[in-house]
Parts: sequence; C-alpha cells; structure tokens
Amino acid sequence: MIEIEHVTKRYGEKLAVDDLSFVVRPGIVTGFLGPNGAGKSTTMRMILGLDAPTRGSVRVNGRRYRDLAAPLHEIGALLEARAIHTGRSAANHLLAMAQTHGIPRSRVDEVIDLVGLRDVARKRAGAFSLGMGQRLGIASALLGDPRTVILDEPVNGLDPEGILWIRTLLKGLAAEGRTVFLSSHLMSEMALTAEHLVIIGRGRLIADTTVEEVVRQASLDAAVRVRTPDAAALRDALAGDGVIVESSAAGVLEVRGAPSERIGEIAAREGLVLHELTPQRASLEDAYLRLTGDAVEYHTGDGGRAAGDLELVA
Amino acid sequence: MSAPALSPAVPGRVAGPAAAGGGVTQARVVRAEWTKLWSLRSTRWSLLAAVVAQAALGIIVAAAQMSRWGSLSPHDRATFDSIDVGVGGYHLSQLAIGVLGVLVISGEYSTGMIRSSLMAAPRRLPVLWAKLGVYAAVTFVLMLVSALVSFFGVQAIVSGHHLQHGLGDPHALRAVVGTALFLTVLGALALGLGALLRNTAGGIAAFVGLMFVLPGVVALLPGSIGDSISPYLPINAAFTVATSTFDGPHHLATWTGFAVFCGYAAIVVLAAAVQLVRRDA
Repeated sequence: MIEIEHVTKRYGEKLAVDDLSFVVRPGIVTGFLGPNGAGKSTTMRMILGLDAPTRGSVRVNGRRYRDLAAPLHEIGALLEARAIHTGRSAANHLLAMAQTHGIPRSRVDEVIDLVGLRDVARKRAGAFSLGMGQRLGIASALLGDPRTVILDEPVNGLDPEGILWIRTLLKGLAAEGRTVFLSSHLMSEMALTAEHLVIIGRGRLIADTTVEEVVRQASLDAAVRVRTPDAAALRDALAGDGVIVESSAAGVLEVRGAPSERIGEIAAREGLVLHELTPQRASLEDAYLRLTGDAVEYHTGDGGRAAGDLELVA
Repeated sequence: MSAPALSPAVPGRVAGPAAAGGGVTQARVVRAEWTKLWSLRSTRWSLLAAVVAQAALGIIVAAAQMSRWGSLSPHDRATFDSIDVGVGGYHLSQLAIGVLGVLVISGEYSTGMIRSSLMAAPRRLPVLWAKLGVYAAVTFVLMLVSALVSFFGVQAIVSGHHLQHGLGDPHALRAVVGTALFLTVLGALALGLGALLRNTAGGIAAFVGLMFVLPGVVALLPGSIGDSISPYLPINAAFTVATSTFDGPHHLATWTGFAVFCGYAAIVVLAAAVQLVRRDA
C-alpha cells in the first residue's frame, strides 16, 4: 500500500507536484496516468525516497521509505531512467543488491530465470538492448519478493511480446495480493492492464477512479449521430435540458447530453422520421484526452517553454 | 489495511528465504560494495595500474641509477636515498588511486546506479561509509604490499654499492607504511570529491586541481607568502609521512603533516555526507 498525502514538490521555481493525495491499494494493478511532465516520475521518486517532498507525506506500507528496515522486501521499483551500472554484469548487479539485505544467491538465480536473462546474465548490462534492460530492471524490482511493486513506464520501447509479458506478470503479481502501481502516458495500455486509475496533470490530481468508470464516463460524453429529413424540427424538440445539438452536414445532427433511447422516444412522440440513430463510441484515449486536456504541459508548438521546463521534471 | 499473505504461486518464486533474511545492515552494505568494487573491469585495471606503478617505479629508477653510478656527480651520490626511492612509486600510483576513488562513486551517478544503491539503503550514509571503508581497506593492503615489494627490490639492487637500508633503519618502516597510509587517505579524499560533485569529470578535475595544480599556483605568490602557505598544501602535508628526508623548514613535521592531510580529507568527506543526506538523488 502506498499513501500520498498532500504532497507538493518544488524544484526551484518549478512546481512539479501540487498538493497531491491518493492511495494505492493492494490486490489490484493501479495505473498512474498523465501527460509527459505531469509529475508521475517525480511522484514515484518521492515514493522511493530518492527525492524529498517539499511538503506532505509519502508512506509505503505505513512507513516513510527511509524508515523501512528492509526496503527491498517492502517495495520493488523499476525506474524509467536506468538505475544500473553499465559496466557491471546483470548477475553481479543483482548479487550486490541482494547482499545489502542478506538475500541468498539462489534468489538472484531465481529472478534471472524468472525474467529470462540466464543466457546474458554474465554480460555487461551496458550491452543490453532496451528490452533486456527492462527485464533486468524488473528482476531487480522482484529480488526482495516485495509486497509492493512500482514501475515507471515499464512498456516504453518494448516489442509486443515484451509488453504482453509485462502485462501478464503484473496481473499475476496483483492476483497474489501485492500492490502494483505503474505509470504510463498511454491510456490504451492502462485499459488492458490496470483496474484502478490515478490520473494527474500539471502535478495535480485529475481523477482517482476505476478504468470501468472512465469508460462509462467516456460513453456518456459521447455524441449520438442522428440522420433525419426533419433536422430543424428534431433540433427544436431536443433543445434544453443540457442537450447540445450540432450539425456537421444538412440532415445530420450530433446530439450530446441525451442517450439514443431518449432521442428515439422524442422523435416518435413528435412523429419525426429518423434514417439513422447511432451512438458514437468515444475511445478511452478520447476520454483521457478530455480529462487531461487542460493539464497537458507541453502542447505542440509551445517549443520555447517546453525546452526550458523539460529537464526539471524529466 | 493488512496486506494479504503472498502465495508462492508464480513458478520460480519463493517467498520464504528472501523474506526471512532481515534488513539492511552496515555490514551487508559493505559486502555489497565489495562486490560492486571488484565486479567492474575499470576498477580491476585501475588497481592493477596502481600496484604496478607503486611496485615497479622505484625499482626501475634504482636500477637506472646503479647502472650509471660511476658517472653520477658527488652531490647526486650523496643525496641518493634508497628509502625514498624504495617508496617513490607513489608519484605514479597516486594518480590511479585518486582517479579510481572519484570513479567509485561518480560512476554511480553517471550510470544511474546510485538510485539502486540508495533504494537498497535509504538511510544513505551507510552507502558512503561502506564505499569509503572498502576502498580504503583495498588501497591500504594493495599499496602496502606494493610498497614493500618496491622497498625490498630497491634494497637488493643498491646493495652492490652498499646503499641499502633495512626496514629497521630510521624512517624506513614509517616511510613504507606511511606511503600506504597517504595513498589510502588520498583515495578517500578523491572519493569524497566524487561524492560531493556527483560527476566524474568534475571530480577528477577537483582532485587534480587540489593535489597537483594548487602547488603551482601558490608558487606564483610572493616568496614569503608562498613559503608560509606551501607546507599546508594537501600534497606537501601528505608527503611528509611517505619520505625519509623531509625535515627541512619548508615542511611540516611528519605526523603533523599527515594529520593536516587527514583533516582535508575529513572536511571533504563530511561535506559529501551532509550533501548525500540532504540533496535529492
């Protein structure tokens, strides 16, 4: 379990995280979603005790990270930025990490097999491909058999096979009762892996909800396409009550704020002919973009500011 | 909320032994740092270079001097000191020891390894103490052995001209052990600089600047000022313990000089420790 309470992080003038509060619960995969620069990595670094919050408290399994007596048994992490010496072999990296906690060598071999790196375990980690590097990072995260696993953009740059492997692994870890928290800027990936979502933008909480709820909300917001020869009459009949009607072409209406059932009923009551009545499916990506639309840090075409700010939050 | 018990359902995963091992201790972090030090090729090469330099330089110089002993001036003959030549390899080995000292920690910052190190030992200071302890111990043992090899090698070479000294002669044992001590503290100082600056190029530049460039700058000062500062420069203070002939007015007394050098190292390491705890990683 991870508890974030009123956390603010400031790097000089730049406010990276702004009064953020949420809880990550065990037994499910929780997705941490937000545009680039939203403060996801910063938040994860604070969870792991690498950066100190300017204000607020971050607790892992009830304690501050730095107060954990055996952190590798409590929480395992895969950071987006590599955290492995390029000159050291995978086996020696894991061995050194294991030795800090008195974890036996046999466990090192186990995690190497678990992530499928046995053939390259004696090679320099610097020579690893991106996918092998991610696997080594996951081996490090699982080394202490932790109750909580957090991963920053774990599927970045992976091939489809690797993505599927990580997805299955994470679901398995959650099914064992562990807390699994992973970040991504891709809603579509989250929809396949996560049950719960924490969405942030510009360092602030936008939503703390289930994937199901986001999908429901997305379809609620979606328009219904209506084709009718009586467009003007139908428009008048639908007007009011929070219903918005737009028209992109003659005889075609896009209706928001009323489900297709109600539109059909109103049309029948008024005796209007309908040629088509189609609920438009809003994609998850649309729903996510709508949620975060105001909070996107770096819109394209805003190059000057992006260049100045990017490094601070990367 | 209590976390549900973990079942060892995933193949190849065992909850028992890993969880039963207990927590982070200073001794365990030392073990990990020992593994980390020796598992890098660059470390092994640097240490080999330091050992060869420390063991061989004196022997080569002694052999060259003896081969042309007859043609040396009376002054050169009178000032030849087989103890100083015997330990003089430090003029070379100090560079390898210093550069590696910086790298031991700056290499973790440049590769991102430091994040793994600090996540495993979140109180952070145990990592710094372990690095210092392991590197100091390795440096002391290797440099002591190399200095002894060099010392006895040189005595054997110069014995033909009856210039040899025994370890029991005045200053001899102190110079040999002092060489290892001086290089050990120098390594710690360099490691401290690497930790303070978190950057390989910066750390090496600071190390070289402090040890080897600063004396040149001080030499530019007017004589009396330069003379009064010079004995307190790190390198001049450090050399006092590693030589048999520094008893002139321009140098601090043997152990005083070494204490001053240790003081410099302590200040740098302390500053690095404070920063390690306070700054974001």
